Amino acid sequence: MLRTSLLGLLCLMSASFSSALHANPYEKTLANGLRVIVKEDHRAPTVVHMVWYRAGAMDEVDGASGVAHVLEHMMFKGTRTLGPGEFSRRVAALGGNENAFTGHDYTAYFQQVPKRALPEMMALEADRMANLKLDAKEFAQEIKVVMEERRLRTDDNPQALLHEKMNAVAFQAHPYRRPVVGWMNDLENMTYLDARDWYRRWYAPNNATLVVVGDVDHAALFRLAGKTYGRVKRQVLPERRPPVEPQQLGIKRLSVKGPARLPYLAMAWKVPKLKDVDRDREPYALEMLAAVLDGHEASRLTKHLVRGQKIAQSVDAGYDATLRGEAQFVLDGQPAEGRTVADLEAALRAEIKRIQDEGISPEELARIKTLTIAGQIYKRDSMMAQAMEIGSAEINGIGWRNIDRILDRIRAVSAEEVQAVARKYFSDDTLTVAVLDPQPLPAAAPRPAAAGLRH
Amino acid sequence: MKRILLAQFWLLTALVSAPGQAGVIIQHWIAPSGARVYFVASRHLPMLDVQVDFAAGSVYNPAGEAGVASLTVGLLDASARIGGTLLDEEQIAARLVDTGARLSGSADHDRAGLRLRTLTSKPERDAALELMRAVLSTPGFAEEVLAREKARSISAIQEAATRPDSIAAKRFEEAIYPSHPYGVTASEESIARITRDDLLTFWRGHYGARRAVVAIIGDVSRAEAEAIAQQITEALPQSPAEEPAPVVTLPQRETIRLPHPATQSHIHIGMPALKRTDADYFPLLVGNYTLGGGGFVSRLMQEVREKRGYAYSVHSYFAPRKLEGPFEIGLQTKREQAGEAIKLVETLLADFLKKGPTEAELKAAKQNLIDGQALRLDSNSKILGYLSLIGFYGLPLSYIEDFPRRIEAVTAKQVREAFARHVRPENLVTVIVAGD
Repeated sequence: MLRTSLLGLLCLMSASFSSALHANPYEKTLANGLRVIVKEDHRAPTVVHMVWYRAGAMDEVDGASGVAHVLEHMMFKGTRTLGPGEFSRRVAALGGNENAFTGHDYTAYFQQVPKRALPEMMALEADRMANLKLDAKEFAQEIKVVMEERRLRTDDNPQALLHEKMNAVAFQAHPYRRPVVGWMNDLENMTYLDARDWYRRWYAPNNATLVVVGDVDHAALFRLAGKTYGRVKRQVLPERRPPVEPQQLGIKRLSVKGPARLPYLAMAWKVPKLKDVDRDREPYALEMLAAVLDGHEASRLTKHLVRGQKIAQSVDAGYDATLRGEAQFVLDGQPAEGRTVADLEAALRAEIKRIQDEGISPEELARIKTLTIAGQIYKRDSMMAQAMEIGSAEINGIGWRNIDRILDRIRAVSAEEVQAVARKYFSDDTLTVAVLDPQPLPAAAPRPAAAGLRH
Repeated sequence: MKRILLAQFWLLTALVSAPGQAGVIIQHWIAPSGARVYFVASRHLPMLDVQVDFAAGSVYNPAGEAGVASLTVGLLDASARIGGTLLDEEQIAARLVDTGARLSGSADHDRAGLRLRTLTSKPERDAALELMRAVLSTPGFAEEVLAREKARSISAIQEAATRPDSIAAKRFEEAIYPSHPYGVTASEESIARITRDDLLTFWRGHYGARRAVVAIIGDVSRAEAEAIAQQITEALPQSPAEEPAPVVTLPQRETIRLPHPATQSHIHIGMPALKRTDADYFPLLVGNYTLGGGGFVSRLMQEVREKRGYAYSVHSYFAPRKLEGPFEIGLQTKREQAGEAIKLVETLLADFLKKGPTEAELKAAKQNLIDGQALRLDSNSKILGYLSLIGFYGLPLSYIEDFPRRIEAVTAKQVREAFARHVRPENLVTVIVAGD
């Protein structure tokens, strides 16, 4: 019943928005190779302006881990014509917000600004695409900031530390084994020359995608892009050698000690990713499986393990089909007070086994389809979310034109396909299991005995 | 890896909230139920957001029972009635998901409430609103769900007691509010004490329509919004009107050190400082932009991070509440250099208290706050937040429209005087977790 009316709604929407949606977003590639994607959204007089570089931690080499992220920090330190920190001052003076982020697959920079500030943003961002000034003095300060960032996010965060060590075990050859922030020793030994080499190698218009979402006219935007970014010279990019992880031949287990009260468990299986939007079927089935397990309030893991059996304090499932590297299907969680990681591991395995044996119900499938349709409407409330979606689809080689197509394909997955991927990909041979072994705080004052069991 | 924690960005923009451009037309009325309603029609997308907040935050926790306010809002969907049917938590969750709606709860110091996002196609919208009404008006607080959630809360509290950031935040609240409910956080003992009757009593006493603010934005007409507001508030319990909370007394200057093996010290410096309705709100907002609120361009960021590399994240903010909410400076730094970093921050603060912003800094702050207004209102979700804020704290309906003028009018002298009134060295508390 609900599904029918929702689909009806979607048709209605496509009809009423058809004039706007028909050509929107708009796309153009400049002569220097820069891809420009514009999504007009005239609800408010604001704009999101983002540049994505197809260069992330996965493109680094051993001994220089973290350099992609360090360069991201250095991008705010000035150009031939702009002083250190001046970029941020200009953005602030125009009423804007800005930031940048680095992942395994990409490095991206963005500003959210009132629309009249857009031309200046484009001039500034184009300037630092070509004219960054890197010197030893600024580098020496900023590398300390990055080390503080590593301490904050990883070294003093036991679960983050566990995931860092887990990736290093799950992947032997694939660059996803190195942390995005970099090993501390690599940061300590890095020089501004590493950052400069990185910048020279990867920061080029033909290795970048410009995404603009907001109150703009696409034709005017393309002209402006030509006048700003269009002046940056194309360059020869290094050859990329596609990294392939050798086949895993048996279960891997690791344990990490850290100050914590609750243990924590993460299980990661190597699974296929999306390569061909039209031909692939399994990645969509894996997406559906993740959603059935952990896509909403009534999904299986929370319902069964947190609420029903009370084995877990918290539990999650995750799978990302669209990435440059290799995909994993991850289940993780904390056991409830009085339960062990072994209990939780057994319970998570039992949930997978149940789907292997019994499959999933038509109601469960219908629910995910409903949520997907609703999600497509809700996401349009945020220009930033739309820009993120377009940028990451471009970087991952999927392309923005396929964003909604992928959602349609996920909606078309059958219960049998979900059962089939559950049977095919969850063997121990490709599994890595990591456990946080909680350590009491050495200097902590004695705590009063709590309700429940201690262990 | 982001260049600055997004969470912190959110904090800075959200807590010292600065609204956007004129042109958002807010309609306000009192529903027959007695609830105050704030509505903006937004016909761009076929969706609807409804937020209902009550004067039911943690400041209203009964003595010795910290945690009641958050458990109450958290367990609204543990069971409820629709028509004559009792629905358990699984049935409620399933029904909600089947409508495509999202429902979430939140509780802070002053308020607690629910936020719903739904499609506006009639069957989905009606079903989602019916569920929202049911969980607000007929919660059963099922015993077995309460027992499980108490155990989970206790586990979470114990886990937080191992984390340097959580330890520091909790100790800071306790220290700046030594004798006020704002400083009391839930403990294993207080959670263990809570019964189903406590939740029912709290709900009856605090979830009445007269304590409610309903914010609505989306693809509905005024008439529809009126019907929605009445529908979700007409069956609420009869609660007494809001009672005044106890007066905040200021702490004495002190430094508290707590041990932890972390590689970084977590540092908070601050005191109770600002009521949401205080006339000094605007001078403090403008001044704090220069001190530590303005992202990468603030003095704290420039001196602590950019020039010396002491910290990844350093900020200051005012978090105004119904009563005096905190002023706080926060940072994390390698433990060996915590002493130097704190000395630097203290010098920067003292200098700012003495001299205030320069004319150039004042101008830059105003420029960013005024020109950035459109960005703070460019989604339904953001506007909903303002409706709720304006309604709950009784700010003028013209708050958004007046904002640029109020910012523009601030002078350097006003900033200095306002800081002198609200940030006093003799009352500043410093908490250092994992210092040497």
